[in-house]
Amino acid sequence: MPEPLDLEYDIVADDYQTAGEASSNLKETLKMLGISSPICRRAAIITYEAEMNLVIHGGGGRIIANIDEDKIEIKTIDQGPGIPDVALAIQEGYTTAGDQAREMGFGAGMGLPNIKRNADIFEITTEVGKGTTLRTVINFTSE
Amino acid sequence: MTLEDIANLVNAEILCGGEKLAALDVPRAYACDLMSDVLALCSPGALLITGLTNIQIVRTAQMLDIQSVLFVRGKTPPQDTISLASKSEISLLVTKISMFQACGILYKEGVKPCLLADMEE
Ligand SMILES: Nc1ncnc2c1ncn2[C@@H]1O[C@H](COP(=O)(O)OP(=O)(O)O)[C@@H](O)[C@H]1O
Ligand SMILES: [Mg+2]
Repeated sequence: MPEPLDLEYDIVADDYQTAGEASSNLKETLKMLGISSPICRRAAIITYEAEMNLVIHGGGGRIIANIDEDKIEIKTIDQGPGIPDVALAIQEGYTTAGDQAREMGFGAGMGLPNIKRNADIFEITTEVGKGTTLRTVINFTSE
Repeated sequence: MTLEDIANLVNAEILCGGEKLAALDVPRAYACDLMSDVLALCSPGALLITGLTNIQIVRTAQMLDIQSVLFVRGKTPPQDTISLASKSEISLLVTKISMFQACGILYKEGVKPCLLADMEE
């Protein structure tokens, strides 16, 4: 089991070229720490979907990952437009993504559902006009 | 079925990762142009068949431990997509035939779908 480790990444709005680098780096780090492949994949899916949401919807933001002996906590924080109706936003297929995101294969409205499915804890704190914080936890025992 | 068999079946050109072709076993495939669907449903080690060629296809593959991607309808990806795939040891193939044709040929030859395979487990 790995030593506790904290990672932070700044994510730029609307940058579809470098988007995903942070998630890729996090996944590589988890693999190097010897964390099992299924857990690495779950963490990668959560981080990547959340990173894309920062890029597409959140006006950019920050990813913070705290890797512990028995769990990983992945948070994203942005000062974007917020989510007016969280219950609606987490429904499969709901999206407000624009053409650019859709042309690149995003905007299926499956990001938050994917994140939720892969997380043992899934919490969204949001305020319209202020921003959104997503907090997820994966327990290493929950394969 | 190896990636080499697949390349031959759909008459694919190899863009990168050709050295792994014969050794890489590809039991399943998933065909889609939506990243989130891939992230939700594609099994690790499956072949991803897609008409999208931007760099995020490779990112998506990285997240899921997907080691091979087949682009359909002769869509050759931009250089940054190929470079990242090479670095990530992901093989990229391109075929001239359509997604429907590619899926039909591979399905007939016994490549399994991801969802069904998961449901059978
Ligand atoms: N960080 C965020 N800031 C503002 N809105 C967001 C954020 N994340 C998600 N949303 C809203 O929730 C919707 C659903 O998100 P998601 O399930 O990831 O699907 P998609 O990104 O494909 O639209 C988005 O279309 C957007 O309206
Ligand atoms: Mg999303």
